[in-house]
Amino acid sequence: MGSDGRTMPEPRACIAGIFEHPTRRADDKSLAQLHAEVAAGALRDAGLSHADVDGYFCAGDAPGLGPLSMVDYLGLRVRHVDTTDTGGSAYLVHVAHAAEAIAARKCNVALITLAGRPLAEGLGSGLGLRLDNMPDVPFEAPYGTAVLNLYAMVAARHMHEFGTTSEQLAWIKVAASHHAQHNPNAVLRKVLTVEEVLASPMVADPLRKHDCCVINDGGGALVVTRPEIARSLGRPVVSLRGTGTALKNQAGGRVDLTYSAGRFSGAAAFAEAGVTPADIRYASIYDSFTITVLVTLEDLGFCEKGRGGDFVADGNLIAGVGRLAFNTDGGGLCSNHPGNRGGMTKVIEAVRQLRGEAHPAVQVPDLHLALAHGTGGSLGTRHGSATLILERA
Amino acid sequence: MDQPRDITPPQTSPETAPYWEAAREGRLLVKRCDACGERHAYPRSLCPFCFSGRTAWEEASGRGTIYAFSIMRRAKIPYAVAYVTLEEGPTVISNIVGADFDALRIGQAVRLDFRAATDGQPIPMFTPDASGAEEER
Ligand SMILES: [Zn+2]
Repeated sequence: MGSDGRTMPEPRACIAGIFEHPTRRADDKSLAQLHAEVAAGALRDAGLSHADVDGYFCAGDAPGLGPLSMVDYLGLRVRHVDTTDTGGSAYLVHVAHAAEAIAARKCNVALITLAGRPLAEGLGSGLGLRLDNMPDVPFEAPYGTAVLNLYAMVAARHMHEFGTTSEQLAWIKVAASHHAQHNPNAVLRKVLTVEEVLASPMVADPLRKHDCCVINDGGGALVVTRPEIARSLGRPVVSLRGTGTALKNQAGGRVDLTYSAGRFSGAAAFAEAGVTPADIRYASIYDSFTITVLVTLEDLGFCEKGRGGDFVADGNLIAGVGRLAFNTDGGGLCSNHPGNRGGMTKVIEAVRQLRGEAHPAVQVPDLHLALAHGTGGSLGTRHGSATLILERA
Repeated sequence: MDQPRDITPPQTSPETAPYWEAAREGRLLVKRCDACGERHAYPRSLCPFCFSGRTAWEEASGRGTIYAFSIMRRAKIPYAVAYVTLEEGPTVISNIVGADFDALRIGQAVRLDFRAATDGQPIPMFTPDASGAEEER
């Protein structure tokens, strides 16, 4: 039964296994090894074995040509693969695609892995992509565009159109830091104040150092399976109720930085799930920067467009304090942004919350519905948004 | 005021060579579609709005307004990245040069200027234009 008493249809798929690598600096491991370690962790969490996997999903962070090297290295025997890459949101897209593949009986147990070593490899905030032959890059690279200053322009335009302030953005980091204090693996565990965020150095106006996520090595993995298998595993069952994927870009020069593709991915996911933002008390929101969270909350419908600043202020995103608990692991802003791709950890913390396995200090009580949202690429140029609505069965 | 910085040369292709050749002559080109009449940027052979192959190069006036900007303070030599809305319609990524960064504003009028990439290729950029029309808000 749904929360409103209606009989819900059988879900297409469940997330049965999750694993977040505890490392944040992986000088001593290979990239393939990180993928294998998170795969093993997620299968162990699900109570499934390596031999059960018959579908494998990875994105551009995985070494080799698509799945070829990784399926070989991991020793998998699969009958379905998918390597959709929408940047950091890819793993949410993979969950949606895994559910579709399971419903179409193309696989039963889908393994999704992410890993990255940007610190060990000295990559900074890059995704390690080949830039040759890209149609857009020649019209951007000469100008010194970077993830940082592109998101900064989104923030600048939002401030200009809606009067959003640096103090309001700072509240997002403050909320993340309140959650990160309880996470022993978080890169930043210190509780921050709005004043401390505002006192951090300006890195690209109007964004300050503390408006940015952490850069670290690490990874994570998910196991998606059909509901009857998930129910047989003796673990809390987290089912997929709605998914949405959308892309947005410069549209041939018709640039509008005030909204994201989350407007469309969110609407699709809510419609499929038959719920509204008012039903959501926990949300994992992609947090490459504070502005990413603010724009996304508006686009998902948690508040009106332009009112995100008011919504996030005064601790409204802090578990046990505000209307909407967000990123209770500390998020990318404070805990973990493995391989500069934050979507995987968004799904993992949403599943922890629904299972009741989040840290007790940040666990949302009696939670039945959660949202996870990813934003991959750059809000300032081209990005892919993906939204998942998950339910504790 | 901004300082000279090393500018990455663009990778050119047969599709975009006329754009960069025009830049060497101090001109900024946009693509206009003969089928739907719309201008687009960055330039493509096929119109991204109607997918017609009847696109033609057109010289832009070089006047525009700042849609958004950010000063990259973290860089060794700070620089201003911006979206500039051209008088012709499309909004393009660029740099604002020859400017007091602290005096830049969204909506400010700018005009075409150029800075050379490390291989000598002139790159179209923009500089504040005191005589230009501000964006009305
Ligand atoms: Zn056209």
